[in-house]
Amino acid sequence: MKQIYAFIILILTTGQLSAQMVAKSEAGPFLLRNATIHTITSGDFTGDLYIKDDKIVQLGVNLRPDGKYTTIDCSGKHIYPGMIDAGTQLGLSEIGSISVTNDFNEVGDLVPQMQALTAVNPNAVTIPVTRTNGITTALVAPKGGRFPGTAAVIDLHGYTPEQMNAGFEGVVMNFPSSGRRGRWDRRSDEDIKKDSEKALKKLDEIWADAVLYAKIDSAASSQKTQIASYQPEMEALKNVVNKKTLLLVEVNKSSDILLAIDWIKKTGVKAVLTGVSEGYRVAPKIAEAGLAVITGPVLDTPRREYDKYDAPYTNAAVMFKAGIKVAIRTDEAENVRNLPFNAGFAAAYGLGKEEALRAITIVPAEILGMADRYGSIEPGKVANLLICNGDPLETKTIIDHLFIRGWKIPMENRHTLLYDEFLKRSPGLK
Amino acid sequence: MIKAINFIWIILLTLPLCVAQKGDVLIKGGTVLTISQGVKEKTDVLVLNGKIAGIGKNLQGPIGIKSIDATGLYVMPGIIDAHSHIAIDAVNEASHPVTAEVNVGEAIDPFDIAVYRALAGGVTISHAMHGSANAIGGQCQTIKHRYGNMDPETYKMEGAPRTIKFALGENPIRVHGEGQGIVPRTRMGVEQVFRSAFSEARVYRKSQNDFKSGLLAMAPAYNLRMETLADILDGKILIHCHSYRADEILMLMNVLKDFGVKKICFQHVNEGFKVAPELAAFGASASVFADWWAYKFEVYYSTAYNAAILTKNGVVTSINSDSDELIRHLYHEAAKTQKYGGLTDDEALKLITLNPAIQLGIDTRVGSLEPGKDGDIAIFEGHPLSVYAIPQYTLVDGKVVFDRKNDPADMRLDVDPDEKFDFKFYERVAERDKCMQDVTETLFFGQQYHNALHGH
Repeated sequence: MKQIYAFIILILTTGQLSAQMVAKSEAGPFLLRNATIHTITSGDFTGDLYIKDDKIVQLGVNLRPDGKYTTIDCSGKHIYPGMIDAGTQLGLSEIGSISVTNDFNEVGDLVPQMQALTAVNPNAVTIPVTRTNGITTALVAPKGGRFPGTAAVIDLHGYTPEQMNAGFEGVVMNFPSSGRRGRWDRRSDEDIKKDSEKALKKLDEIWADAVLYAKIDSAASSQKTQIASYQPEMEALKNVVNKKTLLLVEVNKSSDILLAIDWIKKTGVKAVLTGVSEGYRVAPKIAEAGLAVITGPVLDTPRREYDKYDAPYTNAAVMFKAGIKVAIRTDEAENVRNLPFNAGFAAAYGLGKEEALRAITIVPAEILGMADRYGSIEPGKVANLLICNGDPLETKTIIDHLFIRGWKIPMENRHTLLYDEFLKRSPGLK
Repeated sequence: MIKAINFIWIILLTLPLCVAQKGDVLIKGGTVLTISQGVKEKTDVLVLNGKIAGIGKNLQGPIGIKSIDATGLYVMPGIIDAHSHIAIDAVNEASHPVTAEVNVGEAIDPFDIAVYRALAGGVTISHAMHGSANAIGGQCQTIKHRYGNMDPETYKMEGAPRTIKFALGENPIRVHGEGQGIVPRTRMGVEQVFRSAFSEARVYRKSQNDFKSGLLAMAPAYNLRMETLADILDGKILIHCHSYRADEILMLMNVLKDFGVKKICFQHVNEGFKVAPELAAFGASASVFADWWAYKFEVYYSTAYNAAILTKNGVVTSINSDSDELIRHLYHEAAKTQKYGGLTDDEALKLITLNPAIQLGIDTRVGSLEPGKDGDIAIFEGHPLSVYAIPQYTLVDGKVVFDRKNDPADMRLDVDPDEKFDFKFYERVAERDKCMQDVTETLFFGQQYHNALHGH
């Protein structure tokens, strides 16, 4: 009798508990069975995919791995690699208009030592909102002055920045702009010209300092000593000078892009161009310089009044057809979830579905030097995957399951929870 | 004398530009998304003198009528944006919490390139709104995108009901309470601004009526602000209210009940989903973003499922842009409601056609493809709810105003002959809450936020 009471109490309490239960991610191994698998790098096939720990272990037909695992029937479903947004402020900004929740813009023009990874909030509400749309990995970059900081790449699951860190560092540089800063910018044409020339001169001075610092540093370390003074900004630029760290060069206006190409040649740094909203005007020059591009957002207005209305939609395609390696980004914080739609518009306006999908998977992985671990479905790669009911770039496609580093991630976020609570509100009117 | 003759010539030459033209066109063999009467395959749409004359098979127009081969294309009503700020060169009269006397219709800018870009996204009508700086802002103007006409008057949709902008929450609070140290500084104050404005207008109208019936010896001094507010109380002006939080939405409905005002469309209304049953019971409608959120605190508790929840609770809902960028792909914004809440094609398309038309009081004229309605039509390659859809033609009053195959890059109407080509490049700035244009950058966020957001 006591046992029955205990049983009833147990049922009652678990009922209450489960109503408040927070969905948690589940550990593998997982066998994803009978899906159409889109590998990106070696075609599509129908079969199985086996995930163990954080890796894709095996691909094939009728797989029977050893040991215990959870099987997920994926009949009629599609598996794609998780999408990578190679330019965001995700986790660095919580509420746009409230400056104390924005951590992407430190004081100073020369602060490359500021680490985006430090300020990523692993519990930002934006992160689950983003990943449930299939984005599993994001480059998070500081914004602001000439050298606003060091960008990192994170996987969108984990409770500390270190857990999320995907192992990339790149220094951000905003190349001097000769464009107007929006409609508030009332400077005369002459003043804009003067300002940008002054900024270019200043950049060269900074760079001369950095080169000198790197030389002294290597001389000092060869004699097993250290530079006496603490110069964190020069320390952060040292590895860019030494071609060990990638420089992410934000530049958009066509004439500035040409100057940036010259500057990159002159300094010999390892660089990628970001933004590049007028890439279509100078695409052959970018191709000739052998530079890769992270462009976006695609869903953007033209930067000049006399530009064709669809210039931002076609830009990626024009650059790709000129022979440039093109990745697509959103340059967003709370709206990174629209990455597939940015790719979808680029696809419609000339890039094609296949290349647009590559532009948010394998291509950004290649540009960021992470293609050995990210960007496609291959044995040995990190198990960042999405399972969906159709074309992942199409607006209405539903993602059924999501895996990040082998963890099965709950498909919920603030937006879905509010939907569940309020679709049929209870109490209703009375 | 020669000058005078030249002047007359200029007048004569520009005269045709001042009259909005109506067109005849036969659109043949498309998949017609009528919105009100289902989908009709391989069907023709005939437009005569700017109005839809017929929808059916094998229609014949007058000899020589312009025809568009829509085989394999989708033909839908012109998209309507119930909230935008394009084609106006002033947005906020941010000088007082109540500015009902001002009218956006007096600030129409027919040269705004954003109008052409909206047409290239299939949008034929927009609601050019006053901003959200004031609890009771200015009157708005429903415009037809008759791009190419130089006369601002031609943009105004003839016969469209008068509308006015109201605003709740952070914006009026920050502009007037924090900015000027006057009421409202809280959501309590916002309520009282409405109550005192309406009460004053009620007295004003009563005095006028009493004068007419001989009870009063003198009429009240003419006051355009009071005239406008009294017209709202008389149901002659539709309210479109910028709002976010559930509590403030309920507050305004209570105020309107007390003053007997019935017609209201809540704009943005990010927390509308929380009070969907109350909105439905009041008969209020809602015009929302597809997925914008987190740009300010009052939209932090948002959901992209808002439009779906509102629709499924019986609230007439539209998706708007409030943005020069979003207005170019409202068809894509509407499609997001299929991902976030599983709306049907018809439900999703209504959000950008018939429903905004209802909210603007122009649904007998536009918003669906039916004989007798205006020849405002968007033609797509690919289903308009697909991410791969590409607008091909846009027609206003039966006139083709966008044709993708015949589309020069530079579509400006006023080119400065002295412009220095290379300096007209604008860096991208994040565009959020355009409702605060003219006040945002200086008054609100201050230079620090401006710098943070815009990268300098």
